[in-house]
Amino acid sequence: MSEYSHYAVGEPLVDTASPEGPIAERWDRRRFTAKLVNPANRRKLTVIVVGTGLAGGAAGATLAEQGYRVTQFCYQDSPRRAHSIAAQGGINAAKNYRNDGDSIHRLFYDTVKGGDFRARESNVHRLAQVSVEIIDQCVAQGVPFAREYGGLLDTRSFGGVQVSRTFYARGQTGQQLLLGAYQALSRQIAAGNVEMHARTEMLDLIVVDGRARGIVARDLITGRISTHFADAVVLASGGYGNVFHLSTNAKNSNATAIWRAHRRGAHFANPCFTQIHPTCVPRSGDHQSKLTLMSESLRNDGRIWVPKAKGDTRAPGDIPESERDYYLERIYPSFGNLVPRDIASRAAKNVCDEGRGVGPGGQGVYLDFADAIARMGRAAVETKYGNLFEMYERITAENPYEVPMRIYPAIHYTMGGLWVDYDLQTTVPGLFAIGEANFSDHGANRLGASALMQGLADGYFVLPSTINDYLARHPHDEVPPDHPAVVEATREVTDRLRRLLAGDGDRTPDSFHRELGDLLWDECGMARTDSGLRKALDRIPALREEFWRRIKVPGTGEELNQSLEKANRIVDYLELAELMCLDALHRTESCGGHFREESQTADGEAARDDEAFSYVAAWEFTGTGSPPVLHKEELRFEYVHPTQRSYA
Amino acid sequence: MNLTLRIWRQRSPEDAGVMTTYEVSGISEDMSFLEMLDHLNEELILAGDEPVAFDHDCREGICGACGMVINGRAHGPERTTTCQLHMRHFSDGDTIDIEPWRAAAFPVVKDLVVDRSAFDRVIGAGGYVSVPTGSAPEAHAAPVPKPVADLAFEHAECIGCGACVAACPNGSAMLFTSAKVVHLNVLPQGAPERESRVLDMVGAMDDQGFGGCTNTGECATACPKGIPLQSIATMNREYLRATLKGAGRRR
Repeated sequence: MSEYSHYAVGEPLVDTASPEGPIAERWDRRRFTAKLVNPANRRKLTVIVVGTGLAGGAAGATLAEQGYRVTQFCYQDSPRRAHSIAAQGGINAAKNYRNDGDSIHRLFYDTVKGGDFRARESNVHRLAQVSVEIIDQCVAQGVPFAREYGGLLDTRSFGGVQVSRTFYARGQTGQQLLLGAYQALSRQIAAGNVEMHARTEMLDLIVVDGRARGIVARDLITGRISTHFADAVVLASGGYGNVFHLSTNAKNSNATAIWRAHRRGAHFANPCFTQIHPTCVPRSGDHQSKLTLMSESLRNDGRIWVPKAKGDTRAPGDIPESERDYYLERIYPSFGNLVPRDIASRAAKNVCDEGRGVGPGGQGVYLDFADAIARMGRAAVETKYGNLFEMYERITAENPYEVPMRIYPAIHYTMGGLWVDYDLQTTVPGLFAIGEANFSDHGANRLGASALMQGLADGYFVLPSTINDYLARHPHDEVPPDHPAVVEATREVTDRLRRLLAGDGDRTPDSFHRELGDLLWDECGMARTDSGLRKALDRIPALREEFWRRIKVPGTGEELNQSLEKANRIVDYLELAELMCLDALHRTESCGGHFREESQTADGEAARDDEAFSYVAAWEFTGTGSPPVLHKEELRFEYVHPTQRSYA
Repeated sequence: MNLTLRIWRQRSPEDAGVMTTYEVSGISEDMSFLEMLDHLNEELILAGDEPVAFDHDCREGICGACGMVINGRAHGPERTTTCQLHMRHFSDGDTIDIEPWRAAAFPVVKDLVVDRSAFDRVIGAGGYVSVPTGSAPEAHAAPVPKPVADLAFEHAECIGCGACVAACPNGSAMLFTSAKVVHLNVLPQGAPERESRVLDMVGAMDDQGFGGCTNTGECATACPKGIPLQSIATMNREYLRATLKGAGRRR
C-alpha cells in the first residue's frame, strides 16, 4: 500500500473569518469591520492578479478602478481568451423579475442543497446577495443579454430549479460576460493602471516572512524567467479539470499556479470534488485531444437509450422499440431523462460497463430526438436546438435529425481548489484565490449557471472589498530582489525547466498526460472504490518516476516551446492527481460529484455520511509523494438543514 | 489517409522562414485539423525534430486563439475556426499548405504563431463602456428593444481570431473594429461615448499598422462567426456622424 495514504490529521481550521450574526447581515458587517485604504495610499500598493477569466478580469479592472496598481498575467496571447469564454448556459441571479417566488434566500438555499451540504453557509449567502448586482453591472457594460419584446431581460429556468433566474446571451453567455470584463480591464490597461503581461505563465509563488509577496513567471515567447513583487497576490487561474487529460477545459488550462501555491503553504480543499457533465460528444478515437460539451437543455426533449442486448452492433434505426432500454425513464420514472448531472452520468457509465454502450469503443449512449420530431415537428426542434445539432454534425458528420446523437459524460468543472476563508484569503497570508481556483461556494456539486455567478461575484464585488482589509493592515517594505526566498523560488523554477530539457527519453509529454488521465478517469472519475483508488495511489508514484526517466522535451528554454510548457504542467498534475485520489479514498461517503460505490442507497443514490464527513478537507503539503496533513473545517448548518436527495 | 503537408517554419521573428514538407499517415477523418497537427508533432518529437508551434486553446470555436491559412484560405475550406475543421473535408493523397496569418500588424512570432496584440490596443482605445464596478443603475432602468439587443449581440459574437485581417488583401482590421463599435454604439448604455469611441478606435486601428478598407468583402467571407459586412458601412456612418458633430478624440 502506498506510503502516501498514511496521512496525519492536524489542527482543525477554526478561523474562517466569517462574521457572526444573522446570515443576511454578515456581508454588511464584514464590509463595515474591514479596514479601508486611504485613496491616496492605494496608488502606492500593488496587487498581482494571475488569470484574466471572469474572476481575474473583473478583479483586475475593479482594483485598478479603485486606485491600486495592478500587475496582471495570463498565458493566452490576449486576456480576452480565458476559458470562461466557453461557458454556454447562463448566469443565475436572484432578481425575481418573474415574480415566481425567487429571493436571495432561495438562491442561497438551492446552492447549499445542490452542493449536497458541503459548502460554507456564510459564503453561499453572500454569493446570492451579490448576484443581483452582477446583472446590473454587466448590463451597464453593454453585455447583450437576451431580451423580450418589451425590452426587458429574458430569463430561463436551468438545471432543474423551479424558478426562472438564469440570464443568458444565446448559447454564449460566458463569452459575452468575459468580453465585458475584458473591456473593463482593457480600459484600465490603456489608462496605465494595469500592467498586463500576456503570454506569461506563473511558475511559482514568492513567500517572504510568511506572506505572499510575488511570483516567478516565464515569458512564453522569449523563455525569460522574471520575478514580480506586490503587496498581495490574487490567483484567478481556474480549475484543474485538465488533470484528466480529456475534459471540456481549454487545452492550456492548468493547475500550476494553484499547485505551486499549495506547495508554498496554501491548503488544498476537497480536491476529489469534480463535476462530470453528462452530455458531451463521445471520443472518436485515441487521437482525441479534448471533449466538447453539448448543452444540457437537450435532455428536455431527447430520450436516452441503449440496446437491451450486450454487444448489439446494429444501426440504431434497425433496433426495434422492444429491444431498446430507455434506462433513465425505467430507473427514475418521475424525473426520467431530467435527473441531475451526476445521476445521468453514472447511469451512462453503468450501461457502458455492462457492454451495452454504442459507437466507437462502446463509450456512448443514444440521445434520440425521433419522438420529439414526431411530436413537435422538425421545424420546432430546429428552432430550439438547431445550433447544437449543427455543432454536433460538424464534429461527428452525423445528422441528428436522422440518426440519434451519441453522448457520453466528461469532466467539466472542479469544485475543489485552494482553501479560502470568508475574505477569500488562503492559508498563506496575502495570497487570495477567486473563481474556480478556490473551493468555496459549490460544495460537492455545482448547479448549472452558478460558475459564472461565482467568478464575477468574487472578482467584481467580494475580493475588492475584502482585500482592502489585508492591504490596510499590512503595509510592506520592498522585497530585495536578492532575498533568499526570491533566489530560492527562481532557482527551483529554472532547475525544473532545465531538468525537463535535459532528459533525452523516448516518451512525449502528451503520452504521459494521456496515461495519467486514463488512470484518473477509471479510478477517480464517475464512480470511485477503495480498491480502485488504492490502485491509482500505487501507480501514480511509479508514473512520476517513469516521467522523469523517459520524458523527451525538444528545443530550448529560451524560445517559444510549447512542449516544455506542457511537460512542466504535467509535473504538477502528477502530484495533484495523487492528492485527489487520497482525498477520494479518505472520504468514504458519497456526496454530490463524489460517488463512492461503497456508499449508496438501495436505489443507487449517493449516500452522505453527515456524522463523519460534514467538513471541508483542507490538505497541507509536506513534500512530493510524502503524506499530506489533513485539516478539517467543520461545517455548521444553521439555516439549511441537511436532507437526503431523492429522484426516484 | 495519407497527406503531404507543406508548413511554414520560422524559428523567430527575425528568421526568414521557409515552407517545409512533411508526410503524415494514418490520419482519421474524425480528427480535427489541430489533432492532425498534434499527430505530426508527436512524430516530430520522437524523431528528435522541433514540433510545429501553433496557437490553440478551447478547441471548440469560441476562444479565437487558433487560426492558420490553409490552402490559401483563412481557417481553411469550411466557414469555421481551424479547431472545428475536420479532416473529412480532405482526401487521401492531398497536399495541404499551412501558413500563419500574414499581415503587417500581425508579426510572426514562430511558425504559425503570430502577435495579435494590436487588437487589444484597438479595444483599449475605446471598445468599452466606462462604468466602474458598483456604479451601475438597476438592470431594468433602461429597456433595450429586442431588435437592438439582437443586433448588438450579432456584432458582439466576434472572437478576435484575426481571420478578417488575414483574408483582407490590405491587412485591414475594419471588420474587427466595426464589430465592437456597432455592438456598443447601438445600445443605450454605449450612447454617452458613441462619438469618441468610433473616433478613438478607428484612430488606434490606423496607428497599429492595419491597412485601409477597399470594400473587397473578403473579411466577412472568412469570418467564422458571420459578422456581417454591413457592419463596416455602419461604422463609416458612425465615424462621419461623429466628425460632423465636431466631436474630438479622447486619446
